[in-house]
Amino acid sequence: MTELHTEGLVHVYRDGAVRALDGVDLRIRTGERLALVGQNGSGKTTLVRHFNGLLRPTAGRVLVGGVDVATMRVAQLARQVGLVFQDPDRQIFSATALSEVEFGPRNLGMPAAEREAAVNDALAAIGLEAEARTNPYDLGGARRKLLAIASVLAMRTPILILDEPTTGQDARGVERVRAVIEAVAAEGRTVIAISHDMRFVAEFFERVVVFLGGRIVLDGPPGEVFAERSWPALASTHLEPPLPAVVGARLGLGPTPTDDALVDALRSTAAGA
Amino acid sequence: MLTLESVTYRYAGAARPAIHEVSLRLAAADVVGLCGPSESGKTTLCLVASGLAPRTIRGSLDGRVLIDGEDVAGRPMHELVSRVGICFQDPSTQLSGVSSTVYEEVAFGPMNLGLPRAEIVDRTEEALEALRIGDLASRDPNRLSGGQMQLVAIAGLLALRPAHLILDEPTAELDPAGVSLVADAVAQLAAGGVSILIAEQRTDLLARVCHRVAVLSGGRVTLEGPARDVLANPRLKELGVAEPSAVRLRRRVGQAGLDIGRVERALEGATT
Repeated sequence: MTELHTEGLVHVYRDGAVRALDGVDLRIRTGERLALVGQNGSGKTTLVRHFNGLLRPTAGRVLVGGVDVATMRVAQLARQVGLVFQDPDRQIFSATALSEVEFGPRNLGMPAAEREAAVNDALAAIGLEAEARTNPYDLGGARRKLLAIASVLAMRTPILILDEPTTGQDARGVERVRAVIEAVAAEGRTVIAISHDMRFVAEFFERVVVFLGGRIVLDGPPGEVFAERSWPALASTHLEPPLPAVVGARLGLGPTPTDDALVDALRSTAAGA
Repeated sequence: MLTLESVTYRYAGAARPAIHEVSLRLAAADVVGLCGPSESGKTTLCLVASGLAPRTIRGSLDGRVLIDGEDVAGRPMHELVSRVGICFQDPSTQLSGVSSTVYEEVAFGPMNLGLPRAEIVDRTEEALEALRIGDLASRDPNRLSGGQMQLVAIAGLLALRPAHLILDEPTAELDPAGVSLVADAVAQLAAGGVSILIAEQRTDLLARVCHRVAVLSGGRVTLEGPARDVLANPRLKELGVAEPSAVRLRRRVGQAGLDIGRVERALEGATT
């Protein structure tokens, strides 16, 4: 079991200007699909950097699988938590797509046969199998970002964290990301994504955690977080619910965070009428 | 007026042109959206329209790019930058790297134009105000979040007061509030007569701010027309462009055979 858990987590960056995390208590169960949302600078990225040990808490604790991250070695943590950065260029350094994706599993000491399968699966999952020999910098920005996802996916960590995976992706790219999330979740692994795209969040995640100024202000399933009673709290973070949630509320249909939910709700009222 | 006349652009060493026989016209106060899948030529079109390609990025151009009737090929770069502003997707490539505060960063462009001090101050404050980032003025631009940095980069452009503005996926790093600020700034600038070309994956944003939209596919303009029509075109999905939320919702409700009238009325209130 690889539960993720923070207790009173506080983070103040060295320049001291901002309290990036201001007492975060969060428990993420194994296999959960969880979206972190909130304004730029609200602490989302800072939080996930604690999950893979890139940052040390100013106060409080982070536990992965019940173990305090502060006591874990980098290699030990890397087997548990894979983090894909928002900007792929902070992460990519190899000469070919293949060697980029191989790097993580190789570093983890994965046996050759398993490694090959992991790498091929990861490249196939994001649709870059034909580009294995391509230099990452000959791929466009959107495909380079998919490559960064593949390189973490190949490590087969129980927890996968994606920082804004859909930005810069076209409709097909978003579809790829969605398929990756579903496949990882279907294996019982945890997927955490930071996103500004409320439609994406509502459609593909079972739990939404809303941040404001380094604190959690809303936490629940999309139906709850985007329901009308949550709008004032959402508005305080300058987030807008997805369109079907707004339409459903105007029609008095109850929570309809997605097009599908709205269609179902319309159908049942039509049937009842 | 910013005009592209049958422009074909091929990067040096590339087998095929990145954009092919593209014609576009932006009159004063026009907001034209550009969408299309990744690698369909949006960025190339932005670079060519700004005069940066082939000037600073090697390649060959056929056709003509005209700014206010003059071929950009004949104009010096320092003149072009004060007439056409371009903003890229990644703000960290856009910042000067020499400013220690956001205020200095936004003032960097007008200072380089050698403007009088009072005017530099006016322009800087106006640009900070337009994007509501006055509270960041004393912060280090290199220590901002990606979204805040993008707003600073856009403010730096506004301070140059260009007549034409080219925005290449300007909201890629922004949160919804940042997207709204950019949308408001676009509308306000257009109302003031600036012509704006905006390349975006977010069709919801294009639906909100654009008068016209062009869809690129394989370097060619495959759909072009009033934003409302293009963004509701059933071919959009097959062209690899996400449908705007309202368009998709209407389609789903229609396909389910449900009463669209009720939904339309709710949508009317929701999207204004």
